[in-house]
Amino acid sequence: MSRFRKKRGKSSPAIQTASLPDIIFMLLFFFMVVTVLRDAEIIVQVTTPEATELTSLERKSLVNYIYIGRPVQRYQHIYGTSPRIQLGDAIREPHDIRFFIEEHRLRVPENQIPAITTSLRVDGQVTMGIVTDVKTELRKVEQYKVNYSARPRID
Amino acid sequence: MARKSSRDRMTNEINAGAMADIAFLLLIFFLVTTTIVEDRGILVRLPPWSDEEPDITQLNERNVFSILVNAQNQLLVRGEPARVPDLRDRAKEFIMNPMDDPTLSESPQRAIISLRNDRGTNYETYLEIYNEIMGAYNELRDEFSLQRFGSTYDNLDLEQRRVVREEIPMIISEAEPTEFGEEG
Repeated sequence: MSRFRKKRGKSSPAIQTASLPDIIFMLLFFFMVVTVLRDAEIIVQVTTPEATELTSLERKSLVNYIYIGRPVQRYQHIYGTSPRIQLGDAIREPHDIRFFIEEHRLRVPENQIPAITTSLRVDGQVTMGIVTDVKTELRKVEQYKVNYSARPRID
Repeated sequence: MARKSSRDRMTNEINAGAMADIAFLLLIFFLVTTTIVEDRGILVRLPPWSDEEPDITQLNERNVFSILVNAQNQLLVRGEPARVPDLRDRAKEFIMNPMDDPTLSESPQRAIISLRNDRGTNYETYLEIYNEIMGAYNELRDEFSLQRFGSTYDNLDLEQRRVVREEIPMIISEAEPTEFGEEG
């Protein structure tokens, strides 16, 4: 009894840990709100068409994305309303695709370069003119493996 | 004496209760940042770029299944208006030519699907047509695989797939689009 009292007197009491989970959850929510996924910075609106003959892309590191669509409302005062090309997180012109592909090739082991796939995420309402320009550029840089991104059709 | 006992208490009481929370935090963080949404689509192989237009005039007309799409998304299949839903069956009939029709392809190896669209064609229409052609070929390959190997194309091994691909090659030729309906 006397021993117990002595300890309590000499050392500080145990740290209250009951509120620790709350702090952790606060951190968690902070990160959840603040984290911006690189892929999700969408400047152009893309609603991919529906299709049935789908293949799924497996190696994410071997896939690069080209978005084609009309700029979303927020960016329309900068980029206008006609369909544009988005590479990474910026609006680019067709001739920039060359650098975009070359840059991706540098990040991939040499023997896997032929397996690089370009995923075209194109809005269904875009006309083929801009899509053809992109395809032509891809053919010129010998990036032949292309995936027309589409959603599975639910009948 | 008093100081020593207090230090003992400090070393003995590392609180591990919060470790679980930290672990959960990490777990949830990675769960959130990892994109699980898989990307699916129609996988195609573009032809190499060349400046001169390929000459298709020497091809036998019966071996070419030409599809033209205009800026109003209307189809012209072998010179006649057509609808997208009919495309798959017509393409299948053209490729295999089960009745030996002299207007359809000589053999699946010689059949060529020629697709030409306008710069004003909707991408949705274009992909729909492409999807139907791919569907026609996939169905034909499945039928052939079942007949020859007793299993669908997806379940064959690499060698068997090669046989099927040689028997029914997918030849889709896309001409440079026409430029009537480019939007401003």
